[in-house]
Amino acid sequence: MDFAPWSDRTDASTRTDESTRPDESTPAEGAERAHGTDRADGSVTYVPATVTRSAKIVVAGGFGVGKTTLIGSVSEVRPLRMEEPITQASAGVDDLRGTPHKTTTTVAMDFGRIHMAGGRLALYLFGLPGQARFQPLWEDLAEGALGCLVLADTRDLDASHDALGLLDSAGIPYAVAINTFPGAPSYPEAELREALALEPATPLTYCDARDRTSSLHALITLTEYLSEHRSAALLESRR
Amino acid sequence: MSGPRRDPDMVRPYVRTGGRIRARDDVRLESVVIAATAPTDTLGPDARRVMRLFAGADGGLAVADIAAALELPPSTVRILVSSLMDSGHLASPVDATDDQPDFDLLQEVLRGLRSMV
Ligand SMILES: Nc1nc2c(ncn2[C@@H]2O[C@H](COP(=O)(O)OP(=O)(O)OP(=O)(O)O)[C@@H](O)[C@H]2O)c(=O)[nH]1
Ligand SMILES: [Mg+2]
Repeated sequence: MDFAPWSDRTDASTRTDESTRPDESTPAEGAERAHGTDRADGSVTYVPATVTRSAKIVVAGGFGVGKTTLIGSVSEVRPLRMEEPITQASAGVDDLRGTPHKTTTTVAMDFGRIHMAGGRLALYLFGLPGQARFQPLWEDLAEGALGCLVLADTRDLDASHDALGLLDSAGIPYAVAINTFPGAPSYPEAELREALALEPATPLTYCDARDRTSSLHALITLTEYLSEHRSAALLESRR
Repeated sequence: MSGPRRDPDMVRPYVRTGGRIRARDDVRLESVVIAATAPTDTLGPDARRVMRLFAGADGGLAVADIAAALELPPSTVRILVSSLMDSGHLASPVDATDDQPDFDLLQEVLRGLRSMV
């Protein structure tokens, strides 16, 4: 297995050591965050002074599909987390007067960073749960994104629909990578495409989000498609 | 086609961010900023915390990096950084002569990813 450069894990037996990273097993929403841990400035990894451009790719998919894992596999700095509180009006069934309750939900977004082009370019990778109710966050994330890699798990393909629907309506180009979990059923590609309602041109690939090279290949598949997609759009606009 | 659908029940908490209520369009989560020189004595507490991150910095930080380091919502940091750019405290590291079209950015990303495997 091929590990991220920031990771000190060297073999599969140490993979479960997550003690220094945020607990990924608990859903981020509604979670109370521990305060009083204002990070010392010394823990900030600055973007090298050579960087003059940045770009962004979004990694989306349902809960537990491997977004955080993929970002951690490819990031050159220890992945970080941002938290955005959103208030949501929900009409509770227990509320006799029908006035909506306001609940505050915290949505966590993990991100990592890769430096390229001789240190002139920083590529940020942002992970976001695909739920349609997080749409206001999608808009912030989607603005200016090169494209999106959608992770899917064949044990629950429906969990990808929210993410795919948001991307379709926002017009963001994407590729789909099936993250292969043990015991997950495998289907012929045509069936997968049909179940996910993919356009014929949309790339469908496989990856192991825990593996750096495999994750990079999924990102390369996406970027190749984005590049073809852009060329096709340019040709189209010249007609 | 209409624009993206928006759930009217969902709003971001109102934030006070130095007079601005909206971020600049060019200040995105991945936008990298560097410190410029301007007096910080008139800044609000959150803006000061942002500027303190840059004290002695040997490089820049993206909006997302600032949000993570200060544990502030990214939507708030986009606005704070926009204000700090307006006031000359922060600047974009982008070289003015470097305005290649998006297509080249994609090619650079593709080349960069391929070189990593
Ligand atoms: N076998 C296998 N396990 C994986 C793979 N990717 C992730 N996992 C495991 O699946 C679990 C969930 O992965 P995460 O990366 O936290 O998933 P996530 O999409 O970030 O989850 P949320 O942020 O909670 O939505 C972790 O225990 C991972 O180690 C994979 O490709 N193969
Ligand atoms: Mg996650």
